[in-house]
Amino acid sequence: MLRYICLRLLLLVPVMLGVSLLVFFLLHLGSTDPALDYLRLSHIPPTDAAIAEVRQTLGLDQPLYAQYLTWLGKAVQLDFGISYLTGRPVLDDLLYYLPATLQLGGLALVCTLVLSVPLGLLAARWQGRWPDHAVRAVTFLGVSMPNFWLAFLLIALFSLWLGWLPPLGRGSAGQLVMPVLAIALMSMSINARLLRASLLEASGQRHVTYARARGLGERQVWRDHILRNAWLPLVTATGMHVGELIGGALVIETIFAWPGVGRFAVSAVLNRDFPVMQCFTLLLTALLMLCNLLVDVCYAWLDPRSRLQGVSA
Amino acid sequence: MVGSILQVRGLCIEGRSGLLVDDVDLQLRRGEVCALVGSSGSGKSLSCLGLLDLLPGGLVRRQGQLSLDGQPLHPNQVRGRLASLILQNPRSAFNPVRDMASHGLETLKLRGITGAAARQRLDECLDAVGLSERQRVLQSFAFQLSGGMLQRMMIALALMAETPFLLADEPTSDLDALSQARFLDLLMQLVEQHALGVLLVTHDMGVVARCADHVVVMEAGRIVERQSVQGLFDSPASSSARTLLEAHQILGRRHP
Amino acid sequence: MKALSRLRHPALAGNYSLVVGMVLVGLLALVAVFGQWLAPHDPDLVDLSQRLLPPDASHWLGTDHLGRDLLSRLIVGTRLSLGSVMLTLALVLLLGIVIGGVAGFVGGKLDLLIMRLCDMFMTFPTLVLAFFFVTLLGTGLSNVIVAIALSHWAWYARMVRGLVIAQRGREYLLASRLAGASRWMRLRQHVLPNIAGPMLVLATLDIGHMMLHVSGLSFLGLGVTPPTAEWGVMINDAKEFIWTHPQLLLLPGLMIFFSVMAFNLLGDALRDRLDPTLETR
Repeated sequence: MLRYICLRLLLLVPVMLGVSLLVFFLLHLGSTDPALDYLRLSHIPPTDAAIAEVRQTLGLDQPLYAQYLTWLGKAVQLDFGISYLTGRPVLDDLLYYLPATLQLGGLALVCTLVLSVPLGLLAARWQGRWPDHAVRAVTFLGVSMPNFWLAFLLIALFSLWLGWLPPLGRGSAGQLVMPVLAIALMSMSINARLLRASLLEASGQRHVTYARARGLGERQVWRDHILRNAWLPLVTATGMHVGELIGGALVIETIFAWPGVGRFAVSAVLNRDFPVMQCFTLLLTALLMLCNLLVDVCYAWLDPRSRLQGVSA
Repeated sequence: MVGSILQVRGLCIEGRSGLLVDDVDLQLRRGEVCALVGSSGSGKSLSCLGLLDLLPGGLVRRQGQLSLDGQPLHPNQVRGRLASLILQNPRSAFNPVRDMASHGLETLKLRGITGAAARQRLDECLDAVGLSERQRVLQSFAFQLSGGMLQRMMIALALMAETPFLLADEPTSDLDALSQARFLDLLMQLVEQHALGVLLVTHDMGVVARCADHVVVMEAGRIVERQSVQGLFDSPASSSARTLLEAHQILGRRHP
Repeated sequence: MKALSRLRHPALAGNYSLVVGMVLVGLLALVAVFGQWLAPHDPDLVDLSQRLLPPDASHWLGTDHLGRDLLSRLIVGTRLSLGSVMLTLALVLLLGIVIGGVAGFVGGKLDLLIMRLCDMFMTFPTLVLAFFFVTLLGTGLSNVIVAIALSHWAWYARMVRGLVIAQRGREYLLASRLAGASRWMRLRQHVLPNIAGPMLVLATLDIGHMMLHVSGLSFLGLGVTPPTAEWGVMINDAKEFIWTHPQLLLLPGLMIFFSVMAFNLLGDALRDRLDPTLETR
């Protein structure tokens, strides 16, 4: 198992290199000139002299591969350059805002997992009867709802109408409720549906019949033979949820004035702040790869077949 | 009790296309092996499962009164307490993510045996069925063991449950000839030792000849003949029995 | 095609959600196509003297902060939403079928490379990829379409590749090859019809997702920009009026909700009929 983890961690390196290469070349092959963007954001008029000077300062007059190597050399030392917009080191800014986003995303993940399990169980256990229909209706609505619209609905209900929760900012527990709910609803619905399908499939398998034949009670059969086996597809799905939840956080943050990486990133996109975009993409790539690794390790731990038969990278 | 009779009367199983098992009566006596034969689709496997009310989805058990020595019973009282089940294709009968030991321990827990006593009983039962590499087998998962070993494991679980009756649904169909012979030897040995009452579902007349005391023949969901095994081989009454015997004898003639 | 003919099964009449889904989607399509003539007012006509009116006889749903008729804007927004999603889908299908088909048919090193690429693209959440590509290409609907297509194609490529590989081993293909049929003919006659069913299911289920992404990105200001009448943009415009004129915010969102639901209903029903084993996201 340890070897597997080490192997996967090592594999991260070429992937990150590949992604950084791709990102770098795509950004610099784009239609606009980074020099012009820099001048615009620094409020310096783009005269020819200014452009030439900026190009030299930013090293944009070098051939592309040389630029990449320079960038890579600095990146390894965790120097991702200066933001065109703020003038501050990129990594510092991103790391300053990241924890807030991770807090939202992390809580949303917990919410997703915790709330979807009883729903999925309920629906599978009482398949075809009203709890099943109720859960399916609710999850169907949850999967179809735009999260930013839901956020406003929640604000309208809990802040404006009922006055229970403060709508903006970060700090108190009350301010967490609405953003987390808005982000989590869709993933929760997807997960509940997945669990339901997984449970239904597991309950039709032969070993369940054999367990009943040996005299095991229904509750025990559900706990030890159906639920225990239905977890696996959900573990794989969790990796996907993380990605979607982070994406959701990026959108929702702007609505709740949540000081996270999303608002920062949106302004970077609108202003074409290349260094920030580069670092942002790489940071998220690393984060997601680590999440996927964690998910795969959990899967291997839960499923002896993949552990013992040899795991595929 | 020796000579106890487990009985099901009037078993009816309905599927989407109609009655698949129609008014079937089966009797199991302790110490005796009753073979349930018929060609594919005759409803013998369904009768075996339907007895315990373990039908797959889409099939409904309409009727069927279980009784032990005349005392009416609910299927829940029979499963794992009075009768154990052995299935064909044993690999899919075990939970793929749990090892053999956990299957044994949960079966023993139903009998109230836990802890050190349970571990000891596990070892005893594995020995009794001839699974010698106890540690390795107990720590293995279903995909790691051969079909023959898994069948033995199923018998071991039946022993752990200490049920007086055994329902075996085509237990040898997936096994090679050698494993088959060893399995049947083991079965007969245990029938004698523990006075087991066995319902043996099969389409192989060789198995019937080897093990059975009585034979029940099914055709299209109904019982068409009941006889002692000698009587069946001497003078089969139903056409199904005759067909099965002829097919068996042809094989016998070609490979004496 | 075989997959579509299964839909004309006699049990169609009894299949509630399929019929409802098709009707709703059909309704949306009608509004999208005939929107211009259905709208009572010009959706882009700014008239500050009429701003923020409550619903009345002339403006059934009231007006927005620039005096534009809400109902007309909602109706016209249908065309934009549906149209952009269809374009995205077309792009995704093209990329997916071509890349997946090539990977499956050619195999070998190219297949491995393409699969690695797929893995990479599948790891990224749609929004992160979209952010990246919008930075690269600039804001605007067409760039958003490209961005979303680039984040979705991998699923389809994988599916197509799997199906192509499965079909490759079939006997009739071998027989056909022995009979001298060209690669292209084999692809067209045998492989493509079997791909259609699962692709249809995946696509219909995905449309809802794509719609949410398009409106989400527009909401953030990265896609369609004002003054264009698009539901996501309308929600963004209406943020400040949530207390006084909530309908400006609620109604466009309701349209998105309703449209996504319609497609999800259709997608679910199709999946249940054509390919119940398909895992949904």
